Amino acid sequence: MEYFLQQLINGLALGSIYGLVAIGYTMVYGIIGMINFAHGDIFMVGAFIALLAFLILVAIGVTAIPLALFLVLLIAMLLTSLYGWAVERIAYRPLRGSFRLAPLISAIGMSIVLQNYVQLAQGARVKTLPPLVTGVHTILDLGNRLVVQISNIQLLIIVTTFALMTGFSWLVASTSLGRDMRACEQDLKMAALLGVDTNKTISLTFLIGAALASVAGIMYLLYYGVIDFHIGFVAGVKAFTAAVLGGIGSLPGAMLGGLLIGLIETYWSAYFSVQYKDVAAFSILIVVLIFMPTGILGRPEVEKV
Amino acid sequence: MKSARLVALVAAAGLFAATGPAFSQITIGVAGPMTGQYASFGEQLRNGANLALEDINAAGGVLKKQLKLVVGDDACDPKQARATADRFVAQRVPFVMGHYCSSSSIPASEAYAEGNVLQITPASTNPTFTERKLWNTFRVCGRDDQQGAVAGKYLADNFKGKKIAILNDKSTYGAGLANETKKALNAAGITEVLNEAYTQGDKDFTALVSRMKAAEIDVVYVGGYHTEAGLILRQMRDQGMKTILMAGDALADKQFASITGQHAEGVLMTFGPDPRNRPSAAEIVKKFKAKGIDPEGYTLYTYAALQIWAQAVEKTGSTDPKKVAATIKAGKWNTVLGEISYDAKGDITVLDYVVYQWKADGTYAELKK
Repeated sequence: MEYFLQQLINGLALGSIYGLVAIGYTMVYGIIGMINFAHGDIFMVGAFIALLAFLILVAIGVTAIPLALFLVLLIAMLLTSLYGWAVERIAYRPLRGSFRLAPLISAIGMSIVLQNYVQLAQGARVKTLPPLVTGVHTILDLGNRLVVQISNIQLLIIVTTFALMTGFSWLVASTSLGRDMRACEQDLKMAALLGVDTNKTISLTFLIGAALASVAGIMYLLYYGVIDFHIGFVAGVKAFTAAVLGGIGSLPGAMLGGLLIGLIETYWSAYFSVQYKDVAAFSILIVVLIFMPTGILGRPEVEKV
Repeated sequence: MKSARLVALVAAAGLFAATGPAFSQITIGVAGPMTGQYASFGEQLRNGANLALEDINAAGGVLKKQLKLVVGDDACDPKQARATADRFVAQRVPFVMGHYCSSSSIPASEAYAEGNVLQITPASTNPTFTERKLWNTFRVCGRDDQQGAVAGKYLADNFKGKKIAILNDKSTYGAGLANETKKALNAAGITEVLNEAYTQGDKDFTALVSRMKAAEIDVVYVGGYHTEAGLILRQMRDQGMKTILMAGDALADKQFASITGQHAEGVLMTFGPDPRNRPSAAEIVKKFKAKGIDPEGYTLYTYAALQIWAQAVEKTGSTDPKKVAATIKAGKWNTVLGEISYDAKGDITVLDYVVYQWKADGTYAELKK
């Protein structure tokens, strides 16, 4: 029982990070029907900006951890969303309206560019951040040998993710920007004819997706403490899988998919074998897609002619 | 027209590069993970090779020729190691120091054997490297069957009655070392409670850590490299576990401590007796420190590899790799690590592993018996 709960907490923390990254994939897909393969690398850029921001803050003497965290969050979200905006502007907007594979290829190109750019600018070695958020809380102690604990960093990850998720759902459901986004999702051309500034809406979508990815990057940096220019690849693949599992194009689906992937990996490691956790996660993806081709919460796509 | 001229120009430049320096210089190679998550070890190899080269060149070179160093990057990836090796073969280098990862050194050595290149690895400890009866394989470090025996004995002597877990990263080095340690531990009558494998490059070990916590593991032995071992340690401490971590020579880099922070304190590892403390190394250690480099881990081992080769070439009177290999096996060599001689396989004859302990300030020192 305690063991099960402990692994639940581990899985939720891991899944939250996947979910935050997955939202970026699902949003872009929802609006322009394209997989933004550079999104995993935006996440990596976010983690690097956060690391640099931490180092600069420490250098200028800001050492109070809550203040430093808040400032890092602001800086990283701001700068990373600029990257997201630039990627859209450089690699996708000029190709809007061309055949479907073109933006896909330029997305993969962008991913390679970002990886190499960080490798050249920051070096190929791993970068480390010493543990900043420490401490654990015992949440269940039944007097058995194992007590259920949650560390402050796990708590921070789970709470931040759910807060962002709620805020973001509100944004899409009840603001004018959200209405524009939903309009673009339904029909880009029609939305433009009815006076929605589609270019602005798409840019903002990329911006918000990148900001969420940068939060995931900060969480990743704080949780694991080790980053390198290559982390975007694995995280991107996992988050993309999460988005597909949850139903690509659906926001709650991305979050659900992320949590599911995290939980499957964790429980498989906990009760079976650590070395086959990826096999387990991807096998379940295949099974789900056989029976629900649009993912768990995805809507069946009507073929547009 | 324009492209034809370009081709001619490139071809001429290539010709010049291929023939030009060959008269005045001998080009040799050093290979290891210069990029990627094990790059700090590649840097140790490169630092050691660079200083050894400078010192030998300053003393007049080898056979009155200056040495030139080419660096190969394998990123600890077997495929890239083979490609790096093929490139060295194409450049006709007579000698390569490297690689670092056993899973790189082993496939590369086959390319070197066919391509007539002598290989001395400063760091690859997997027994297979010298067990295949290749003419060209040597190492300056020990072997995992010895390292595992020392680790297994230490665990059996010091943690009797405790619960021990053995993890490995499925790499040639990690799985091999974990297996040797397990053998030694089992031979001493102790059976581990948990035996698991993870994947190189994993970052999230929380599930594995909770599992060890539930099994009340007291000591965990990791057959793997420093990044994953560091993360396992960090996540154990995050979950409030006091478990002691022990691992092999792949922890011998300060970067381990920068991953774990203050948690590095008390971590155990097996490694050769610290070469920095040898009287034969005092002067060279001073030279490294003057350049701002701490010659930790395998830096001095790489220095020694080049010393052995340079001395053997002088004695042979040529750089012909096969002749030099025979000379190395027959002789005794004065190196920064002390006197080294070889058996017929290319393993060093005096082997000793000792147990080190990490300290809170991010350094490691031999454990006094």
